[in-house]
Amino acid sequence: MEEKREILLMKGNEAIAHAAIRCGCDGYFGYPITPQSEILETLAAEKPWETTGMVVVQAESELASINMVYGGGACGKRVMTSSSSPGVALMQEGITYMAGAEIPGLIVNVQRGGPGLGTIQPSQGDYFQATRGGGNGDYNVIVLAPASVQEMADFVDLSFELAFRYRTPVIMLSDGVIGQMMEKLVLPPFKSRRTDDEVRQQCPWATTGKRGRKNNIITSLELDPSVMETHNIHLQEKYETIRQHEVRYEEYMTDDADMLIMAFGSASRIGQKAIELCRQRGMRVGMLRPITLWPFPSQEVASLSQRMRFIMSLEINAGQMVDDIRLAVNGTCPVHHYGRMGGIVPTPEEIVSEIERLIN
Amino acid sequence: MTNQEIIQPENLVYQKPRLLNNNPMHYCPGCSHSVVHKLIAEVIDEMGLEERTIGISPVGCAVFAYNYIDIDWIEAAHGRAPAIACATKRLWPDNLVFTYQGDGDLACIGTGETIHALNRGDNVVIIFVNNAIYGMTGGQMAPTTLMGMKTSTCPYGRQSDLHGFPLKLTEIAATLEGTCYVTRQAVSRVAYIRRTKAALRKAFEYSMQGRGSSLVEIVSTCSSGWKMSPEEANQWMEDRMFAYYKLGDLKDIAAK
Ligand SMILES: Cc1ncc(C[n+]2csc(CCOP(=O)(O)OP(=O)(O)O)c2C)c(N)n1
Ligand code: SF4
Ligand SMILES: [Mg+2]
Repeated sequence: MEEKREILLMKGNEAIAHAAIRCGCDGYFGYPITPQSEILETLAAEKPWETTGMVVVQAESELASINMVYGGGACGKRVMTSSSSPGVALMQEGITYMAGAEIPGLIVNVQRGGPGLGTIQPSQGDYFQATRGGGNGDYNVIVLAPASVQEMADFVDLSFELAFRYRTPVIMLSDGVIGQMMEKLVLPPFKSRRTDDEVRQQCPWATTGKRGRKNNIITSLELDPSVMETHNIHLQEKYETIRQHEVRYEEYMTDDADMLIMAFGSASRIGQKAIELCRQRGMRVGMLRPITLWPFPSQEVASLSQRMRFIMSLEINAGQMVDDIRLAVNGTCPVHHYGRMGGIVPTPEEIVSEIERLIN
Repeated sequence: MTNQEIIQPENLVYQKPRLLNNNPMHYCPGCSHSVVHKLIAEVIDEMGLEERTIGISPVGCAVFAYNYIDIDWIEAAHGRAPAIACATKRLWPDNLVFTYQGDGDLACIGTGETIHALNRGDNVVIIFVNNAIYGMTGGQMAPTTLMGMKTSTCPYGRQSDLHGFPLKLTEIAATLEGTCYVTRQAVSRVAYIRRTKAALRKAFEYSMQGRGSSLVEIVSTCSSGWKMSPEEANQWMEDRMFAYYKLGDLKDIAAK
């Protein structure tokens, strides 16, 4: 395949599909749901099975999709699914099995408003579900929050790298704004799918057929409590390593700031605009944007909080990330939440008024 | 003649399949699961597929199938084995991929995954051990529990107004375009065991030839769940189960 590195204009959802084909993804399994159906549609139109050999399956449900991802990951392949909030709720069973059996895989959640069937309009209401594990048992998954169409594309390969490095599911927690909006992007460079021999070599734990080695068993079941506790301790140690090495975030105008907005994904884009307006009015507001929601940039938040009059958590939900900020800040400075729900996205102006209100 | 003199290779008429390892099986005495395991181990070995077989084990009494047959295994969530098999086969098409599922796993919680994997014609084999009860959880009603049959959750017997009717998923499977071979067998007698083994071999061969999906149902006993001795259970199965779940091929593309 020839290298295309020109600047393109596309939707966030389309960017994910193109990035998957280009980063050596072996399989996509998904079920249609607004506002992310363009991912499966783009893949179906691109027919990557004829070029890279990538498998694309429209599954019968999100339960099936995530279990296909579990199976694909278990046999060492770079596989992914995508959905929106109600579908991701259905996937939690598979995600906890993947966490327990230490299976890599990518789950994209282009969030919409809830609870229940909710609305097809954007929301960030699944923060708790994504960052607290979501399914049964003690586990975490790495959560990346893209804030642009470019990041939708770039985080696909990054997710696979992290998923295989730590043998863990990775969630890209996006939302209907980023999924649907069109922006300029440069697609990532083309990378071939790993050959079967490379998969066997790089994933000696995977169920690829024995071929001369001892048999591999992928399971999350263990009835002996002492062995199960040892496995849980191993998982927790792995999560600690991830906390130490994989925190990602971005600062915006924090150098001289004495007030901090914290926002992720699409909310951070609105927050940036609000900060420009604040600065025009002489208010020294900056922003910390967590890129990894789990692991959360707790240390960075804690150190910035030392010099802030307050921190405002700007979220398109009823206040979820604000809990993590409060835990990180531990009382050093006041922490407030501002958000809208039900598919309403806050405007920069209302954020500015909220900051003015907090100052007074 | 001493025992030592008798135990000679030329006198060998029966042995433990090479692919069954030495882990003590957790199955109850007389349980059909262990016979089916033995047949699967034999067929994989005879087909020379030991090095490239991936089995998907269920949630049910056979959850630990992976402890007994020396091949690669993925342990599935309850009912989801066919979805896992679909991805596994598509991503490693040279491998033999089969699921092993009970009636609760396949015909209740996993009905959707089962029907769609079969209907897609995924080149996988679904082995369905139908003992008309939830063995693992202690003998509750299954989708395949017969009318009038007593279980811990239908203690007065299954009745249609409360519980609906026993589900014949194998009959449904035979109507699906994606299936190439659908059969119902048993393992309570040597003749049945031979037929089941031949059925497994045919299903595995078809799947390696890329002819579509296969379902091999094995009408089975669960003496513990049925509260019978293994012998009584075999008798009850032949009297009652075979009348409703008729043995034989329901579909075979080669027979067309
Ligand atoms: C999601 C979920 N629901 C319920 C259970 C509990 N459970 C374990 S095995 C089983 C029934 C198994 O019955 P069957 O599939 O017929 O297998 P058998 O034990 O009879 O071979 C149930 C309900 C579970 N493990 N997971
Ligand atoms: S409970 Fe029933 S199915 Fe389970 S091992 Fe015992 S006899 Fe077999
Ligand atoms: Mg059963």
